[in-house]
Amino acid sequence: MNLSALESLDRRWIFLGMALLVAGPLLFPVGLPLEVSKPTQEYYDAIAAVPDGSPVLVACDYDPGNRPEMVPMTKTTLRQLFDKHCKPIVLCLWNGGPGLVDQTLEEVADEYRARGVDLVSGRDYENLGFKSGNEAVMVLMGQGITNAFPRDQRDRETRTLPVMKGIRDYSSFPLLVSVSGGYPGTKEWVQQVNSRFHLPMVSAATAVSAPDYYPYLQSGQLRGMLGGMAGAAEYEKLMHEKGPATRGMDAQSLAHFFVAACILLGNAVQWSRGKRGRA
Amino acid sequence: MKREIPLFLTAVIGAVMILGFFVPHPWVSVPTDFLQQSAVIVVAFGYVLGGANVLRVNLEGIAKRDRDWPYRVVLIAGMLVTMAVGFFVDGPRFQAPGTPSIWIYNNLFATMNATLYALLAFFIASAAFRAFRIRTLEAGLLAAAALIVMLGRVPLGDFLLRPLTDHAGLPEWLRTTPLGAIQDWVMNVPQNAAKRAILIGAAMGVMATGLRVILGIERTYLGGGD
Repeated sequence: MNLSALESLDRRWIFLGMALLVAGPLLFPVGLPLEVSKPTQEYYDAIAAVPDGSPVLVACDYDPGNRPEMVPMTKTTLRQLFDKHCKPIVLCLWNGGPGLVDQTLEEVADEYRARGVDLVSGRDYENLGFKSGNEAVMVLMGQGITNAFPRDQRDRETRTLPVMKGIRDYSSFPLLVSVSGGYPGTKEWVQQVNSRFHLPMVSAATAVSAPDYYPYLQSGQLRGMLGGMAGAAEYEKLMHEKGPATRGMDAQSLAHFFVAACILLGNAVQWSRGKRGRA
Repeated sequence: MKREIPLFLTAVIGAVMILGFFVPHPWVSVPTDFLQQSAVIVVAFGYVLGGANVLRVNLEGIAKRDRDWPYRVVLIAGMLVTMAVGFFVDGPRFQAPGTPSIWIYNNLFATMNATLYALLAFFIASAAFRAFRIRTLEAGLLAAAALIVMLGRVPLGDFLLRPLTDHAGLPEWLRTTPLGAIQDWVMNVPQNAAKRAILIGAAMGVMATGLRVILGIERTYLGGGD
């Protein structure tokens, strides 16, 4: 087969191919069958095992760049927690994230309010907001959550909020959920909080950073993990939802195939050129 | 003394922080807690310093009419407008829904940030075609692992590859094992082993460097050569 025509392929054709393959399934979803992986099942089970009504620390460390992966994970996690009448205590250590995290939390709370569930910020859930300092904040929270976050996202004094009554430090939580887009994120929560304060934790991570956390998953430091959009879609399946991650998986499937085809085709072109050179 | 005092402070603070990890006694925990709170304040001050530095570097570039200086004007204008809206229009509740700051965040920052990341998909595909060359055994192994993980992570992988592997001539395990399971094995065994080795190596390196700094052997952080 003569592949010489592809040697000078304008990269805009590749861009067009990728755009069509991503846009097509987003506009016309196919709904490919999904298998739930073990780390996703463990993530779901770890949250399911939390006693009903407990406060759960949810660290949303991401910004709008990670939105397609992180927001569906956050929303489904919050839904599972609200279904169990748990009280999510949300915080963000990324300076670009607080606005997005707050909107995500309020959107999920609004869903419940629309169904007649009486959810009140500061009573049934709380957004502590952003604090700069990365690992130093994580350690500081070990001395007292309200000590590290004296005022919340809405500029309210956290000490006076009903939801914070009885919450002192990490020992007040049965579980930490780290929704992590990179640094600081799951790795730092494991190193600074899980290993030091022995707080059980699960992680919802981007597909790029998930491989970094497999050692923690295998060692039991992470009780479960969602890896990228695939993990988010599997989690939605467990929660009987057809959310944005499930819809996005069709597009991601085709995009992965396209990249794989680009690798193979690029090398085929190279080999054919080498063969002609030797001939 | 210009070098001895910072070296002394580093040694004392480093030693106290290490002790604080193991000793819960107030004599150790109180100064450790104070130092941790100070660290958060110092990091927060870094934002002020960073902002001042952005202003200085870009104003200099604009004054000298450097290449791309109009972009520097956009950067400075964006920064000053965002700060002014936060300080003078919204005040302490600048993060509440419906404020001009949140409008800027949603309609400018969030969209541009997401667009920048979304562009990566196009460049990864282009780079895969042009740059990912299998010339050595190592590159071949890397490509094989990449293809297995990429296709095994998505539901379409098994759906499309199943007819290709469903031949009587192929080994039983290949016909019956889903691609997703092979992908799981790659992630759990070889990937995990390599990652763990890197993590342990890096952690030991950090410990060695930390000790060198505390003991005053490593002094490059002071600047100005040894």
